[in-house]
Amino acid sequence: MNTDLFAYTLRLGDDALVAAQRMGEWIANAPQLEEDVALGNIGLDQLGQARSLLSYAAEIEGAGRTEDDLAYLRDEREFTNLLICERPNGDFAVTIARLLYFATYQHLLYDALQGSSDETLSGVAGKAVKEVAYHVDHATQWVLRLGDGTEESHRRMQAGLDQLWPYTGEMLASDDLVGRLAGVAVDPSGFADEWHRRVRDVIETSTCAAPEASYQHTGGRDGRHTEAMGYLLAELQHVARSHPGATW
Amino acid sequence: MSTKDWPLWEVFVRSRRGLSHGHVGSLHAPDAQMALRNARDVYTRRQEGVSIWVVPASAITASSPDEKDEFFDPAGDKIYRHPTFYEIPEGVEHL
Repeated sequence: MNTDLFAYTLRLGDDALVAAQRMGEWIANAPQLEEDVALGNIGLDQLGQARSLLSYAAEIEGAGRTEDDLAYLRDEREFTNLLICERPNGDFAVTIARLLYFATYQHLLYDALQGSSDETLSGVAGKAVKEVAYHVDHATQWVLRLGDGTEESHRRMQAGLDQLWPYTGEMLASDDLVGRLAGVAVDPSGFADEWHRRVRDVIETSTCAAPEASYQHTGGRDGRHTEAMGYLLAELQHVARSHPGATW
Repeated sequence: MSTKDWPLWEVFVRSRRGLSHGHVGSLHAPDAQMALRNARDVYTRRQEGVSIWVVPASAITASSPDEKDEFFDPAGDKIYRHPTFYEIPEGVEHL
């Protein structure tokens, strides 16, 4: 097995899976029916990416595990998603702030990953990049409206942007794994400046202030998660673990 | 929650090139750009369309049920207005 390629595919799949789980929490809870459908669609896009990536990871591993085994039967420390994906939804503005940060990251990542020498990763990225472009647009529309809306919406949007800023550094950091997979993986530090430029552009147009540099949390890529992760996995995995092997 | 604050929009979708936009339903949105995006999510998620129009419901002037008789009845006995007396050439799909 190509251990590095497995680990890399798994981390991208975990990002998408955990982000999708958080998006799903909005279903029947969004401010409007229309927004319910929009967030649900975005979550389903992310879930689709997760399925492609986790299936491929299982195939690389070649140990007989499936995408479901990887999603439902791994424990917290085995998940290598970014911390920003697992943080609680908070209010609508917090969710939108995360979508702006994360979708902009995913868009730059998938765009570059289309050039990967690994054909499967390149194929997944080619399909996902269009989906994620819409996620960026949706987040942007809302940041502009909330930031430049009422006094209350501006306050909440700013609070959401500030609250998640300490989890953005981890997204844009390089590490040994992507270094070893040059040509296959994308090194996020290569697009960090562009990410900052795009995000700052939206935030400033919305009349919010770009959050200031602050302490940055890390650990997700090593399986060290925040206190929110255990609860998320319990909800994600409990049916599959309570009824092993059950099918529709 | 705040449905009363968001105006109603009527949504028209063109299902494919060559056809005209047809009314598919309505939705709430804070402004035109969001209405367009909501329409994309609510009405075209199964590839139903290639183009969307959104129109504020308040901008539509509708005929009134009270005017039904003078509006529509006179057309009822003029069957010569229907193009049923012509042979339709082969290959014409959308007549």
